Amino acid sequence: MTTRLQRTAREESLLINMGPSHPAMHGTIRIMLELDGETIIDSEVEIGYLHRGFEKTCENKTWFSLLPYTDRLNYVSPLINNLGYALTMEKMMGVEAPERAQFIRVIMSEVSRLSDHLTCLAAMAMECGAFTVFLYNMKAREFLWDVIEWTTGARMTASYIRIGGVRADLHPDFRSHLKKAGEETRRVLKDVRGLLDNNPIFLGRTRGIAPISAETAVSYGWTGPCLRSTGISYDVRKAHPYCAYDRLDFEVPVGDRGDNFDRYQVRMKEMEQSLRIIEQAASLMPAGPTAIDPGWSEGREIEPAEAISGSRTRKRRERIRLSPNLEGSDKIRYPGILAAAAGRVIPPKEDVYTTIEGLISHFKFFMTGHGIRPPKGEAYFSVEGGNGELGFYIVSDGTDKPYRLHLRAPCFHIVSALEDLIRGRFLADVIPTFGSLNMIGGELDR
Amino acid sequence: MEDGTILTELKDRFPGLVLEASAPLGDPTAVIEKNGLVEIARFLRAEPQGFGLLLDLTCVDFRGERPRFELVYHFYSLARRSRLRIKARTGEEEAWVDSLTPLWKNAAWLEREVFDMFGIRFQGHPDLRRILMYDGFDGHPLRKDYPLRRRQPRLPVRE
Amino acid sequence: MTASRKGRAGLPAPAGPWLTTRFDRMLGWARKFSLFHYPFITACCGMEYMSTACAHFDLDRFGAGLTRFSPRQSDLIIVVGTVTHKLAPVLKMVYEQMTEPKWVVAFGACAVSGGIYDNYAVVQGIDTVIPVDLYIPGCPPRPETVLDGLIKLQEKIQGGKQDWRWKTGRS
Repeated sequence: MTTRLQRTAREESLLINMGPSHPAMHGTIRIMLELDGETIIDSEVEIGYLHRGFEKTCENKTWFSLLPYTDRLNYVSPLINNLGYALTMEKMMGVEAPERAQFIRVIMSEVSRLSDHLTCLAAMAMECGAFTVFLYNMKAREFLWDVIEWTTGARMTASYIRIGGVRADLHPDFRSHLKKAGEETRRVLKDVRGLLDNNPIFLGRTRGIAPISAETAVSYGWTGPCLRSTGISYDVRKAHPYCAYDRLDFEVPVGDRGDNFDRYQVRMKEMEQSLRIIEQAASLMPAGPTAIDPGWSEGREIEPAEAISGSRTRKRRERIRLSPNLEGSDKIRYPGILAAAAGRVIPPKEDVYTTIEGLISHFKFFMTGHGIRPPKGEAYFSVEGGNGELGFYIVSDGTDKPYRLHLRAPCFHIVSALEDLIRGRFLADVIPTFGSLNMIGGELDR
Repeated sequence: MEDGTILTELKDRFPGLVLEASAPLGDPTAVIEKNGLVEIARFLRAEPQGFGLLLDLTCVDFRGERPRFELVYHFYSLARRSRLRIKARTGEEEAWVDSLTPLWKNAAWLEREVFDMFGIRFQGHPDLRRILMYDGFDGHPLRKDYPLRRRQPRLPVRE
Repeated sequence: MTASRKGRAGLPAPAGPWLTTRFDRMLGWARKFSLFHYPFITACCGMEYMSTACAHFDLDRFGAGLTRFSPRQSDLIIVVGTVTHKLAPVLKMVYEQMTEPKWVVAFGACAVSGGIYDNYAVVQGIDTVIPVDLYIPGCPPRPETVLDGLIKLQEKIQGGKQDWRWKTGRS
């Protein structure tokens, strides 16, 4: 299989392959280089090694059951993908999540964004030789993932943000976990700044390397931190606010030269802003519903089996002790976490197992052919992902499965510029350049 | 809410090419004739419209309808902070469209992806070949008549 | 002296005279605690691999801390994440470049069986491409699962018959 480079390369130059199995730990991408000594004359980037057929698979799954596939797109910030999909569906169906759920979504998004930037900079620094930065960032990431895990149950791919709200309410110890994660992240950011900001080796490898002008970046369709490093301040959270972002006060850092160092700086500053957002959201968040339904008997909690067998004769009013898996999604919390959109959200388990209406709505939600059926039409909605504008374009034909689901992947456009960025540079410059672009295979190849 | 004034500007400027202009769910959308694509795109990109960012290019396969494929372009204007969707239909027999590579640099990869997944050719594209699937893959996966599980393994399956 | 004698981990103990079985055990012990692995990382499981390898969960205390990014220098290939049909020949080439003795770990549901992706692009389990010694399920597996799997692999390495080709001189 001859590639374009093999056909156009000069006779005397060296063709080298930075192959799909890459030590630079960015997933799988193939960069073919035509070298003259150490200088890169031309290059060709081949993608598609992680093309998992996301769009075609989604055409065969119901609107609800394709949610785990969205997690695996940009897998370093999975909750942001969930959010993008949920918001696009909510736009299409005219559903709005409750206030508390909006704030929870903001916090989870920002925690995911922190984890994305930490991982990107960790990998970039490690490949330049700063292994300590990698270990420090992974340490901070563990604390952030603890925050996600205590509430959602999974460290990474959580499928937590649902159409209409979120799956479960925050864990009771949420604030202490968040505080700990914030402290650790701040400490790590301070240490990393001390290690890298004035480090002559790091500066030599990143400052002035692979700059891109604002016009070229726009022509390539760049968005996100990479575009902001060229000086253009475009952030979807500010330009087209969603969830509770219009009520929060944060800055959008920009760079000026668009080189590797600026991309690194923009991400570091964005992480500080994300921490600010998280603190504000945690304090502005409305309290969850705590009022006990007056119809419920005080104090007594019964087992599910007792409730089910008892519900055959009369309506049960006691609190049911749900399994730990369902922690946070008991009926009392529903007004805070999920919109009251019948047929679009899962009914609470207490209702499902003790009332016939709950059972029917549960079945109708999950049965193929029924369930969520947005009206015929199309919608596009975008959120600010870790790499830029993450957009979902959905075409619905009124049935229970998507007709077409397309992801506007930010790093597809960013990586399309890679060939231009490394032309004329040295072989060693490919590593920090590629690291600063933050290519995520799941999003690039879908 | 998106700014819909661009739709009236388009309809005034290109009355023969713009078939439909509406804003479903608040997204300004214009359906155009496919031969007017480059002209309209050039107009959009120029000032004062300023739609300098080609956000996305994708295709939808309306199998059973004629024309079958609908190309969907999303543009963004940084100055106006507004989006615009342009749709153009192309049939199965003459599945080709003019390429936008002279105007936007990311059109190169976007059009390669649409070619790979749907089989639509782009006239004037410098290097139109598969991008996500491998050489030797037969067919265009995202078309509705390509079965989901039709695998074409490159290696013999062991065990 | 037959293979029906059970050694550790329930695997049949190497049959043979006392000296060679001791040598087998010693070689197994040395090999299991000095695994140089090649992480063939593709997708989301890579994030959990990074967590396992780093300070919080630490692969290094099992002797498997050094990643060798060359198949010639590694004896364990950990296939992390989804393998697509486009990537399968590359995986096979990397596996064939590794020198004996070598082991293969399928990390994550996609490597084990194709995971949640059952479509035109994804290989339904890397054991259709290369032989696998250990399957770690999970999507992605928690680091504790990975460490548990690593311990099981170490028991397998210790208990199995060791490869002595360097000694006998026969090719």
